[in-house]
Amino acid sequence: MIPAAFDFVRAESAAEAVAALAEHGDDAKILAGGMSLIPLMKLRLATPMVLIDVARIRDLSYIKDAGDHIAIGSLTRHRDVEISELLKAECGVVSAVTAQVGDNQVRHRGTIGGSVAHGDPASDLPATLLALDATFVVTGKSGHREIAATDFFEGFLETALGSEELLTEIRVPKAGPSGFNYQKFNRRAQDWAIVGAVAVTVGGAKKVGLVNMGSTPLRARQVEAALAGGASNSDAAQSAAADTEANQDLNASVEYREHLSRVLVRRALEAATV
Amino acid sequence: MKISVSVNGKSQEHDVEPRTLLVQYLREACALTGTKVGCDTSSCGACTVLLDGESVKSCTMFAAQADGGSVTTIEGLANTDGSLHPMQQAFHEKHGLQCGFCTAGMVLAAVSLLDENPNPTEKDVRFGLEGNLCRCTGYHNIVEAVLAAAAAKEAK
Repeated sequence: MIPAAFDFVRAESAAEAVAALAEHGDDAKILAGGMSLIPLMKLRLATPMVLIDVARIRDLSYIKDAGDHIAIGSLTRHRDVEISELLKAECGVVSAVTAQVGDNQVRHRGTIGGSVAHGDPASDLPATLLALDATFVVTGKSGHREIAATDFFEGFLETALGSEELLTEIRVPKAGPSGFNYQKFNRRAQDWAIVGAVAVTVGGAKKVGLVNMGSTPLRARQVEAALAGGASNSDAAQSAAADTEANQDLNASVEYREHLSRVLVRRALEAATV
Repeated sequence: MKISVSVNGKSQEHDVEPRTLLVQYLREACALTGTKVGCDTSSCGACTVLLDGESVKSCTMFAAQADGGSVTTIEGLANTDGSLHPMQQAFHEKHGLQCGFCTAGMVLAAVSLLDENPNPTEKDVRFGLEGNLCRCTGYHNIVEAVLAAAAAKEAK
């Protein structure tokens, strides 16, 4: 399967990438690792006229201690996130979940920023970053702006990222050595999650993210509220499917996904308490 | 667009269309057909090659993205005297293949895996090769081969 023809532009800096976006507008797509975009292009579900390759912008690949948070450059590859000692110590859930993205080959190419900007509700990382109340830094012509993860994911593969903006940094809180767990339910190795649930404790509060339970990554707010009110893990998990809008597909009915969400949230909470 | 890639240690320069996939480039421009197109959707791993020493799926990469990089295909793994790479030798000894279609990708994925984790457990090997499918259901001997290659490397 060969994608439709396009022009290839290589950006050597964030400023060059933003300038190229301004020049080509909606005809252009940013290419980082390409692990989400290239399959869509091969199926011709995406037919950008111009690809702006940002993978060589070295200064957007980093994991830094920024005082009250950890700053991750958007072009940091999954592999580097997976093995980062800093992340393992300060926000281990990000490394642990990243280790479950795709397979080794995918993690050698794919980037955290690509995963966020693609905004797939079935992806592992967006729901995790949503649960962490991460902040996304985007760069445009007029400079940087910060977008809270809760405001970022707007619809199926739609985000608050402007068509002339580049996602440049992901900020995650220092959760310290708190408990966390990710339950990814799939039928075969390497498949997308049919449903996933991530539980993590940040600043004493338990946060729960849901994968593939709607058109965007979701938070299980009712579960979080029940836990804050003193409910047991198993009682709180009963409301995991509240406010979700799960899809039916070949793998699962809506009812089955809702059932999975309750079971997986309970398991994630129980495992995260250790 | 002009690209320059080191393939199996040999410098290659070609004028390619931007949409040329790396696997197409290797098979058609470089005439290296050891790298296979299996599923063509980055699921099966038959197209796995090493880019700057790391396993990647060449069906889900543009040749343009490898510009300036160093690619190793199955043809470039054996020593110049023709003797097999330890991973190839281990696949040979443990009979880690049946039809052979997945083998090039399996071997290269396994080389990258041992590079990152020199002493893997059986579970590490099975998880580490989750991006490579064998439809002869030959995983048992493949895993044995990778563990044998790791042990051989350790013994040196």
